[in-house]
Amino acid sequence: MGEFVMPSLGSQMEDATLIQWLVKPGDRISKGDIIGEIHTEKGDIDVEALESGIVRELRVQEGDTIPVGTVMAVIDSEKGLPPEHKAVEPESERKVEKEVSDERESELAPPRPGPPRPGTERQEPPPRPGPNGAGPKRVKASPLAKRVAEELKVNLEEVTGSGPGGTIHKKDVETAAKEREDGKRPVPFDKESMRRAIAAVMSQSNREIPHYYLEKDIDMKAVTEWLEEENSSRKVKERLMPPVLMIKAVANALAEVPELNGYWNDGRLQVQESIHIGFTISLRRGGLVIPALMNADIKSLDEIREEFVDMVMRAREGRLKTGEIGSATFTITSLGERGAEKVFGVIYPPQVGLVGFGNIIQRPWSSDGMIGIRPVMSAVLAGDHRATDGHSGSRFLEILYKELQQPHNLSHQTPVS
Amino acid sequence: MPEREIAEQKMSYRQAVREAMREAMNRDDRVYLMGEDVGLYGGCFNVSEGMLEEFGKERIIDTPLSESGFTGCGIGAALGGMRPIVEIMTVNFSLLASDQIINTAAILLHMSGGQFNVPIVIRMATGGGKQLAAQHSRSLEGWYSHIPGLKILTPATVEDARGMLWPALEDPDPVLIFENTTLYNFEEAAPVNGTQVDITSAKVRREGSHVSIITYGIGLHKSLKAAEMLSADGIEAEVIDLRVLRPLDNQTIFESVRKTHRAVIVDEGWKSVGLSAELSARITENLFYELDCPVERVCAAEVPAPYAGHLEKASLPQPENIVETVRQLGGIYG
Repeated sequence: MGEFVMPSLGSQMEDATLIQWLVKPGDRISKGDIIGEIHTEKGDIDVEALESGIVRELRVQEGDTIPVGTVMAVIDSEKGLPPEHKAVEPESERKVEKEVSDERESELAPPRPGPPRPGTERQEPPPRPGPNGAGPKRVKASPLAKRVAEELKVNLEEVTGSGPGGTIHKKDVETAAKEREDGKRPVPFDKESMRRAIAAVMSQSNREIPHYYLEKDIDMKAVTEWLEEENSSRKVKERLMPPVLMIKAVANALAEVPELNGYWNDGRLQVQESIHIGFTISLRRGGLVIPALMNADIKSLDEIREEFVDMVMRAREGRLKTGEIGSATFTITSLGERGAEKVFGVIYPPQVGLVGFGNIIQRPWSSDGMIGIRPVMSAVLAGDHRATDGHSGSRFLEILYKELQQPHNLSHQTPVS
Repeated sequence: MPEREIAEQKMSYRQAVREAMREAMNRDDRVYLMGEDVGLYGGCFNVSEGMLEEFGKERIIDTPLSESGFTGCGIGAALGGMRPIVEIMTVNFSLLASDQIINTAAILLHMSGGQFNVPIVIRMATGGGKQLAAQHSRSLEGWYSHIPGLKILTPATVEDARGMLWPALEDPDPVLIFENTTLYNFEEAAPVNGTQVDITSAKVRREGSHVSIITYGIGLHKSLKAAEMLSADGIEAEVIDLRVLRPLDNQTIFESVRKTHRAVIVDEGWKSVGLSAELSARITENLFYELDCPVERVCAAEVPAPYAGHLEKASLPQPENIVETVRQLGGIYG
């Protein structure tokens, strides 16, 4: 049995409000499932189950504001489940079926239950409980399938078996490998190899790309106000958040400054027609991924929101699709939630540009001859000086600024180009 | 350049066995045939018809109904320098001669410290399917292939029926040849002058990449038919004719299973403790990591052969059973 408590999402966070539960008592949940939504100072956040099991009790009502550490729900963990709930059931059924199906054998067999006959099928010991309390899932794969899975680095637990009773065969593994290649399958994450990959690509970037940096502070009053108003009439799940607008604004700006949207390959700039915005997502277990939001310039804010939310969730669960990972044409990095004011990003080769957004902070701001307090966000463009010059970068920031002053236009505007 | 033509003629399996014996007797005067009804009656299955007239009663010898006696005579003659072909009417009656075969012929070389080899050939009919009831319908060749000291041949084609006898006679040790009774009327084109065949290897009779069907004797023909049916379904079965049940040709079997990753064994013998079990074990022992699904077996029902035609048919492997078994193999489609 486990207790699910209000998580702390930062040292200053003291309490949060439960917006809604996404599970009810009796539901089976797996570690990582989104089970509810809370409102914090930093925005609305999905909360993930920290263990697998069955929801026994929800102790907090929707709308309640509760301190960090309060027990929100009680989860019966897998470990505590009565044995008949465990996954061994189909296994023992199969065994009985097999014995009965062989008429000759059963005819000669002593009445069950009895001691195992010598030479007949051996009783398998019950599966040992794994470290998390969950019984290990018995993957029935052919010896060849296992060998091929090893060669192709396919996780058999993610393969759908086509054989009788779902057994996994060579072609199932090959299909899974192929689907992964085609981007239909989750890419397995491994922390160390991710670190190595980041190290390799960032070193290459710093070694090869002569970066130039341009900085512009952006008045976010219009965006903040527009979002507030727009969201007041939206359901919780459909609310827009700043990154959605940033993605859209960047895509629109790139449509006007296409030389920043491309790859530096073989000593020359290859401008890309499609605009796929990579968005840096930090993973809780360390490292980051940059899935791409494809064709952001021609998508509506709602389409972007939907894809963005889905992408972030899958990124954190390690279920990104390969197609999403390698195809960005330009990258946004945003440390907004973590409080840094400026970020000087490193370009992700072979891309030629990256924009870094800082936290939105209240700052003195002069506008129309008046000094006031405004929400301000820093935007820092990193450009590849081999591909473009400061002039292009400057234009990009200028257009980006304008886009973000007219958020209402973003919602029903496709780029001019 | 004109292709070299090999003269072939259509011939029955029965004729092929007879031609093989005639050829051997013409070639080597130490060769003679003895058995029940082989002379005047022309053989219970008509195999030796006309041979008494051709070779005389000195070389075509009708024996009393005493399998143990005349098999023992054959062993003695072989030890004395002759090259006897002993015909036992069916494998079922060979049980009476099994002491001579297993306890004498198979072990004499060993027991005599290599002094006395037994160059005898024992031919017998085997198998069911002719409504001859339980005591006449067994397939015990797998049972004999349990015995060290014997070579076990199972010609399934006219060519093998024609070609296996001579190398068997040349072999210095006892060779048992099992002729399936349902094959005697089987006809196919075969080389006129018995080209040499080996008595050591299995043969791939049909190539395929999805499953290896391993069989012998009448099972070959049922398996080839099943393979055609499966082909219409997009499944290409490789069919292996074992030809020699002892010693088994591991290499041909393993090469095929290594390619297809699936094996189905078709044997008209019983499954339990039988040849099919041996084959399955060898494949699993040697090719476990190549297998993409469990080895399957299509064998005779574990009952004494029924007399009633429909029951007998149901008790023996049929092409439909083979097809069904293959279709249910894991990973076979796609």
